[in-house]
Amino acid sequence: MRKIGPSQILGEIQVRHWAVLGLLVLGMMLLLVRALQLQVLDNGRLQAEGRARQLGAIAVKPVRGRILDRRGEVLAISTPVDSIWADPNILKPSESELKALTEALGVLPGQIEKLLQRYSDRKFVYLRRHLSPEATHNVLSLNLPGVYTQREYRRYYPSGLSAGHILGFTNIDDQGQEGIEKAFDKHLSGVEGRKRVLRDARRRIVQDVDSVKPVYHGRDLVLSIDLRLQAIAHRYLAEAVHINNAIGGSALLLDSKTSEVLAMVNLPDFNPNDRSDISNGHFRNRSITDVFEPGSTVKPFTMSLALSSGSFTPDSVVETSPGYYRIGGWTIHDIKDYGDLSLSRVLIKSSNIGTAKIAMEMTPHELHKTFFDIGFGQITGVELPGEQSGMLPNRSRWRASEHASLAYGYGVAVTSLQLARAYAILASDGVMLPISIRKRQEESPGHRVIPEDVVADINKMLEKVVSPEGTAQLASVPAYRVAGKTGTVRKLSTEGGYATDSYQALFAGFAPASDPRFVLVVLIDEPSLDRYYGGEVAAPVFSKIMTDVLRLRGVPGDRESNINQIVFSHLDSDMGA
Amino acid sequence: MNKTLIPIFFIVFISAMAVVFVRSANRQSFLILQAVTLERDRLSEEWGRLQLENATWSLHDLIENEARQRLDMIAPNPTETIVLRLGPRL
Repeated sequence: MRKIGPSQILGEIQVRHWAVLGLLVLGMMLLLVRALQLQVLDNGRLQAEGRARQLGAIAVKPVRGRILDRRGEVLAISTPVDSIWADPNILKPSESELKALTEALGVLPGQIEKLLQRYSDRKFVYLRRHLSPEATHNVLSLNLPGVYTQREYRRYYPSGLSAGHILGFTNIDDQGQEGIEKAFDKHLSGVEGRKRVLRDARRRIVQDVDSVKPVYHGRDLVLSIDLRLQAIAHRYLAEAVHINNAIGGSALLLDSKTSEVLAMVNLPDFNPNDRSDISNGHFRNRSITDVFEPGSTVKPFTMSLALSSGSFTPDSVVETSPGYYRIGGWTIHDIKDYGDLSLSRVLIKSSNIGTAKIAMEMTPHELHKTFFDIGFGQITGVELPGEQSGMLPNRSRWRASEHASLAYGYGVAVTSLQLARAYAILASDGVMLPISIRKRQEESPGHRVIPEDVVADINKMLEKVVSPEGTAQLASVPAYRVAGKTGTVRKLSTEGGYATDSYQALFAGFAPASDPRFVLVVLIDEPSLDRYYGGEVAAPVFSKIMTDVLRLRGVPGDRESNINQIVFSHLDSDMGA
Repeated sequence: MNKTLIPIFFIVFISAMAVVFVRSANRQSFLILQAVTLERDRLSEEWGRLQLENATWSLHDLIENEARQRLDMIAPNPTETIVLRLGPRL
């Protein structure tokens, strides 16, 4: 065994010390050399590499929320598409590349050259927008420098024509232009985010680095519309407009328990999927933008004033002979001489003279107030763009002819929606509820407009209108009791005064009369002159739509005599089967 | 050498290693996040397409025509309908 002295140990430690130090210095030198090489000597190449992979922040487009009907059916949905854009400074395709690009994009030959030339001083030009993901893949696989993609969303409306007016549409930049899309643009569109990305030399994104600002996608919107009922209303209205050779029409269905809009259809219609289809006002939602004189359809409300005043009962008699009535230099006509009519029969026969005579017993201000209370002249506040308030004149001095004609619906202008809202009051025992196009989450309080007992009397009369003795037998629905009123209105001519050859046929009503569930207003604009009465033209449409609506919503019939009913006894579970 | 430097050296070394480790873990996680985000986007795209397809096939007019023409179905007249009412408990 070797003996080690203290000096030897010291010497060994010193050797180690220097060795370690030397290695450390060497390591440091190596690092320095490498740093020098990278920072100074090799500078050019690396800077080029750095430029090639640069960080950039790009926008993250939010997905627009869906629009759903009350049962969750999709009315509008966005699906991703890609838009192809180019930087004309970078994209310099060869002849063959150009051909391949044209083919992949599916554009006309020569179009790309034209675009690149026209925007040669810009850094951005769309080559083609809204391409399917497959087509985009084909374009990108050409690997052309200066061709980029941008993720966008295209809006689809599966229900096509039938709900076009309600939904409206968006423009190519995903902004709502009409209808619900416009009214709820904020709710649906969400908030754009930003993310940091690493791009390669071709400015293509290689990697998402992190999120700068989170993207908030748009929220879904649930409408009160029932797509099935909407489709039914559209089908029958289109049929009626066609066979009557009319220029247009509307049908509006409300749930009378909640005043939600269940269907809102207008003709002419348009397909929101096809923007090239949109022309001269076809996208106008006539139910809320077009006003008309409601004519005889307001008579029930004149009657409600008469009955509320206490000076009339449903059996009070009015003389309507000899079929015309002069008042203040104005002559009111009935279709024929009805002789003496009870108040009920004035409504059932739709006598203008009877209605005018009753109204002359009231002041014009009372009549004005009645019409104001049922919502004429005021917007309904339905959340759709372009709603008109109509017109309800308030004069300080009324001429007798103005007073009389107001009673049977002239000199006042309403929208279909206003008329439907007014009938919804009759359908809900005299209470007016706010109209909604969105599905209601909770019941909203209404306010009483007409006394309950008066409404009961009026509705009895309106039921008789839809009977063989009334003007609207064609509005009847088998197995159900229906109440409603016809209207046939002369249109104002463009030269002033009333046109002699253009009419609007109206029917407004509700069913089942015993416990109203649905209010429906049908308007046919300028039916052919062979048949133009509301009872002939609009009432059958009411009947067809209402029949299907009642069946689809499973409402039991209330006309006892005509239906087969089996009453099942409810068996308690413990009794077994 | 100062004795206090030795623990500091170790601490710095460990911390340096930790930085390397955490960075690597972070990158790994981000890769996973990116992958699942892509997957989510792909699935929601497909879900959207399927909803669209579903809505298109279930169009009222389409079904009605199919029922009437191909299957020879009719809508029952209300007078041909029997309403079953639930009576009172026995």
